Amino acid sequence: MPGISSSLYNIFLRRNTVMLGTVFAAAFGLQLAFDAGSDRIWDAINKGRQWKDIKHRYVEAPEEE
Amino acid sequence: MLARSALRTARSAGAAARNATSRTATRPASTSSSTAEEAASAWKTTALGSGATVFAVGSVAWYYHLYGRNVDAMTPAEEGLHPTQYPWEHQKWFKTFDHQALRRGFLVYREVCASCHSLSRIPYRSLVGNIMTVDEAKALAEENEYDTEPNDVGDIEKRPGKLSDYLPAPYKNDEAARAANNGALPPDLSLITKARHGGCDYIFSLLTGYPEEPPAGAVVPEGLNFNPYFPGTGIAMARVLYDDLVEYEDGTKATSSQMAKDVVEFLNWSAEPEMDERKKMGWKVLAVTSVLFALSVWVKRYKWAPIKTRKIVYSPPKQKSILDQLPKPDKKS
Ligand code: HEC
Repeated sequence: MPGISSSLYNIFLRRNTVMLGTVFAAAFGLQLAFDAGSDRIWDAINKGRQWKDIKHRYVEAPEEE
Repeated sequence: MLARSALRTARSAGAAARNATSRTATRPASTSSSTAEEAASAWKTTALGSGATVFAVGSVAWYYHLYGRNVDAMTPAEEGLHPTQYPWEHQKWFKTFDHQALRRGFLVYREVCASCHSLSRIPYRSLVGNIMTVDEAKALAEENEYDTEPNDVGDIEKRPGKLSDYLPAPYKNDEAARAANNGALPPDLSLITKARHGGCDYIFSLLTGYPEEPPAGAVVPEGLNFNPYFPGTGIAMARVLYDDLVEYEDGTKATSSQMAKDVVEFLNWSAEPEMDERKKMGWKVLAVTSVLFALSVWVKRYKWAPIKTRKIVYSPPKQKSILDQLPKPDKKS
């Protein structure tokens, strides 16, 4: 379908200001997605080792100490 | 010298090979050579090559004998026993610290090491979210008193600690520390895993490496203890970790090696509190740059494609015979 790609081109990339907006929005979105994804992988590899995994043992009883 | 003799070997070997291949070719030139003479020169070539080889190998061996071996300024005892290398989980490239172990290690530090060693680069706030909750860290800080700023009349008073305060040192200054420890200064432990060769392995070996009694023949000066891992083997710190010295809140059995392992991991954290974040960041950088690298390879190939695939053809100019330029003889005449 050449129609879709050319109309996408016309919508997002044709005018310079719009293209700039597209670039910024894409950078923002991609960074969010990349960070969220890599954090998930990292937390899965280090399951049970990080503070957030053991925190609940110490905050659940606030009156203990 | 060595290079020259090696060259000579190579050259004579090459010459021999050349002689062998070009024998038939050179025969007509040397009409006078007889078979006996040829045999003699072949023998000489072999002897020369072998001699040069023996000389080259010999000079390398002699040079190594003179300069190639280790020279140690210290005896092995002064060097200290090299620590065993342990497979530390937290040192793998994709592993964080085990924060439960950090918590145990901090307990060991507080209950055992803190009576002699300071940890002066660690503020209470950095414990929060790594080893303790905010409330625990605040409570811990308030157990100690710190100096206030001078008040209206210039007196310095005492106030309970805050999260922004640093862990208190056991002694007022280095002199007091030395005086209390037979003249030896217990070093600050904040950066100790970075400050010693062998890092974690060394400190673990040091803490668990005290023998029941020094081996026969070892000289242990007055007031020192024998530890093979400490350079010089005589250390002013006695063995401090014994089974069940502390009681872990999470029920882990407090053997001396467990305590040593936990406190070493904790000291590694205090030296590199940024490690978890650094490793994660490093992987992200690698991921992003590998995508960028692949892109740049693709762009390079894209841009170079017309240049790499073009064909250069030489089409020579039409040859004109010089004779064509001469005036043609007039056929008519
Ligand atoms: C009784 C006091 C005391 C206690 C408790 C103590 N140390 Fe020490 N430590 C010393 C002294 C004194 C030295 C200096 C030794 C020397 O220079 O001979 C020292 C040195 C060290 C060193 C440096 C060794 C080197 O290579 O220079 C390390 C690491 C160390 N101690 C770790 C610990 C740890 C970890 C604990 C807690 C489990 C601990 N110490 C408990 C007194 C103590």
